[in-house]
Amino acid sequence: MSEANAPENAEHTVEVDDGRAWTPVCRYQDLLPGRGVAVLVGPQDEQVAVFRERGGAVHALANRDPFSGAHVISRGLLGSRGSVPVVISPMLKQAFDLRTGRCLDEDHAPDGSTAHLRVWPVRMVAATPAEVCR
Amino acid sequence: MIEKSLVLVGHGMVGQRFLEALFEQPAAGQPHRWRVTVLAEESRPAYDRVHLTSWFSGTSAEELTLCPPGFIEQHGIDLRLGDPATTIDRGARTVTTRSGAELRYDALVLATGSYPFVPPVPGHDAAGCHVYRTIEDLEAITASAQHATIGVVVGGGLLGLEAAGALRAMGLETHVVEFAPRLMALQVDDGGGAVLRRKIEDLGVHVHTGAGTQRIDADENGRARTMALSDGTDLAVDLVVFSAGVRPRDQLARDCGLPVGERGGIAVDEHCRTSDPHIWAIGECALAVDGRVYALVAPGYAMADTAARELAGTGAEFTGADTSTKLKLLGVDVASFGDALGTAEGALEVLYANSRAGIYKKLVVSADGRLLGGVLVGDAESYATLRPLAVGKSQLPGPAEQLLVPAADGRQGPLVLPDEAVVCSCHDVSKGTIRAAVSEQGMRTVPEVKKCTKAGTGCGSCVKLLGSIVTEELEAGGIEVARGLCEHFTHTRAELYEIVRVKGITGFSRLIDEHGSGEGCDICKPAVASILAALGNGHVLDGEQAALQDTNDHFLANLQRNGSYSVVPRIPGGEITPDGLITIGEIARDYGLYTKITGGQRIDLFGATVDQLPGIWRRLVDAGFESGHAYGKALRTVKSCVGRTWCRYGVQDSVALAIELELRYRGLRAPHKLKSAVSGCARECAEAQSKDFGVIATSEGWNLYVGGNGGTTPRHADLLAADLDHDTLIRTIDRFLMFYIRSADRLERTAPWLDRLEGGLDHLRAVVMDDSLGICAELDELMARHVETYEDEWAATLADPERVRRFVSFANAPGTPDPTVRFVHERDRIRPARPEEDGFPLAPALITGPAPEVRTR
Repeated sequence: MSEANAPENAEHTVEVDDGRAWTPVCRYQDLLPGRGVAVLVGPQDEQVAVFRERGGAVHALANRDPFSGAHVISRGLLGSRGSVPVVISPMLKQAFDLRTGRCLDEDHAPDGSTAHLRVWPVRMVAATPAEVCR
Repeated sequence: MIEKSLVLVGHGMVGQRFLEALFEQPAAGQPHRWRVTVLAEESRPAYDRVHLTSWFSGTSAEELTLCPPGFIEQHGIDLRLGDPATTIDRGARTVTTRSGAELRYDALVLATGSYPFVPPVPGHDAAGCHVYRTIEDLEAITASAQHATIGVVVGGGLLGLEAAGALRAMGLETHVVEFAPRLMALQVDDGGGAVLRRKIEDLGVHVHTGAGTQRIDADENGRARTMALSDGTDLAVDLVVFSAGVRPRDQLARDCGLPVGERGGIAVDEHCRTSDPHIWAIGECALAVDGRVYALVAPGYAMADTAARELAGTGAEFTGADTSTKLKLLGVDVASFGDALGTAEGALEVLYANSRAGIYKKLVVSADGRLLGGVLVGDAESYATLRPLAVGKSQLPGPAEQLLVPAADGRQGPLVLPDEAVVCSCHDVSKGTIRAAVSEQGMRTVPEVKKCTKAGTGCGSCVKLLGSIVTEELEAGGIEVARGLCEHFTHTRAELYEIVRVKGITGFSRLIDEHGSGEGCDICKPAVASILAALGNGHVLDGEQAALQDTNDHFLANLQRNGSYSVVPRIPGGEITPDGLITIGEIARDYGLYTKITGGQRIDLFGATVDQLPGIWRRLVDAGFESGHAYGKALRTVKSCVGRTWCRYGVQDSVALAIELELRYRGLRAPHKLKSAVSGCARECAEAQSKDFGVIATSEGWNLYVGGNGGTTPRHADLLAADLDHDTLIRTIDRFLMFYIRSADRLERTAPWLDRLEGGLDHLRAVVMDDSLGICAELDELMARHVETYEDEWAATLADPERVRRFVSFANAPGTPDPTVRFVHERDRIRPARPEEDGFPLAPALITGPAPEVRTR
């Protein structure tokens, strides 16, 4: 599951599956509609960008922008390209599909790698705020 | 290879061009090598006389030079400055110089130019009387002006009006005396001259036409004091500049028996050779084969090229030149092209005149409907279209009157151009080529067409015309030209501004749900954020606005390439105390930041992570600094020179005004960034004419310039109004800014906005000064509200823990800086590490100031 839907009750915690277990990363109501935050996940402290769409859906993608190498995807603006929900890198403005991580503008990054953001499984659970801090 | 001697007499613009052209000729195939000696009268190598007037506004003699460094040495030229030729012995083929040197020549090129004509009236040589041709002349005029209050320019031609502008800018009461019944008699006709006169009088210059100078009377010290004119006027004067035309300097040729024209000029054939096969003459001293003496630089260059090719054995001809000109005199557009005065037999005239708007246009057409020439004053927009038609003596594509009436829909220009007309003269691209790029090669946008045809990539002056042609061609092909902001809004930014304003919309959701589609993007969201901010909707990080801001606005700092941010505190007018400098220095030192002085007279601190921003700003705010808005599409800086307070030349307190303007407009959100500057005198050290709005002090007030910018397509600002008092100046800038914010497109700076504005500068002036649209009360009120409600974004952010809480690298690990933001040392400073470098994170341990206020739970 790469996308979680808005809980009716806002008192929820966002959790990301770090490969071993579901890890709480932030409170749902701390996410601004249309924006994201960065969180550290897993034993390697991997950087994950967590977004909340205006309609309530939550997504988690790799925070590293493959075009600049900077960890800034979480600071991008959300929007839509046709019917595709996207995040736009704040660095050089490429758009990525929030659901698949696919870059809509270029297939490859300058270093030759595929311009693709890893998608992390994300879900919402009822929880207390205390759980989200590491 | 045989070496032969070439002596060039004169090192002016044409002489230098001749040298460049000579050494550009391929060496192969030349029968011999030329060893060149140049005899120059002036003490400095060739300089740009066309832009001589810019010396008054601060361009140095060095900057005016036309002789590239190393040029003389590279070509082994023997350049003798200050040693002009005095005699020519054609029999012995020798030239003698003032110092007594005697030089033998195989070829002699005369490029002696011309001298200013001074009417031989009594008193013409009194102290305070000057000519306007060399840098020394300008230095003498400046020295004279120090003790003068009234200046008179004799001659109302191009150069005379430039001189008048310079005197005006030095704060002198300025008169222009012209013998002909109109100004610029050679270029424009009576009607054009009348419009030009009115416009120039509006700038405060007194014009006397149809009047000759009869006598200049000097005081006991020999200084000019009064000038008697033939119309009975007696003018009080302190300073006189003669600019009554030029005469060819042909004395050397006369003395050695070379034929000269009846009214002067060394007679040459189509190869620029005189009657002596060893002697050539080029430029203003020569009488061309068509019987004319060309006192313009372009024909002079063409003659220089011709002579150079002849001497290199390649052969060339000069038979005459197009003397079309388009220029901006004292802010007034004047253009004249082809047979401007209608001298051809059977020539007919078609006129359009609008005295109120200060526009005069005339076309000269032949009886069979071909365009022969024309005059444009006040609006020379159509020059680019009409000149190619006139030079080619083309058949008019439609009724002549339609070419003159201001285009209601902006469409007439390119439509009437024939396909063969050259649109981009830098790259020689015709209209047909541009049309084909759209209709046959499938180009859809101006950037695509530019890339494909190279049109518009030279000087850029044709880009607007190019845009119209592309739009025309797309529309003709039935292709819809999208005007909307992006895929989410079919409205332009200006339309959205009106919707938001009229409907009182305060949030993005309502706007996109009611007037757009989808979720928005990086184009419409920041544009809407800017509109909401411009209409005063509270802090940019509050409520829904927070989700619209680009990352720079979101963190109130500038994102740099490795994900770190830079911080720019406001330093109004560039004035800062030693304590202020020390505070900034201490903060930079404590956080280990890289510091750089910006172009806008402030200090940029680089390398901060998101987590550090509140701590850095806490210390800056405590020391009295505010946000500099370097991150926003907003007012950046108002740069200033030091002004009258300290400067010997300053005439007003430019620093005080710059501070006042910067504090008034700080935080004002706009379609693009806004830059400004204030100069304390006409020397313009603050470079105000390169700003969106620039102010230059005069002895009587302030001149306001608008629509300038640097960047990719630099543009000098236009003079909107002259000699304004303080309150009128502020009110005019208020309205200019609000009118721009209201009507400009997204990311459209003031320069392209002004170029696009229908009616141009005159319309803008009518709107903001005469309230022609009846909106000034509204614009004033919007600005008043901005000034009243301004608050420092950083102080407000720090005061609210909810806002501060966003400044974390990781939502689940507040206080942990991003470990991937890494630096290396270079020149004892930091810079972002490249991907292959390891680098180090900035150590927060160095922080000695108050702890950053980040709420942790």
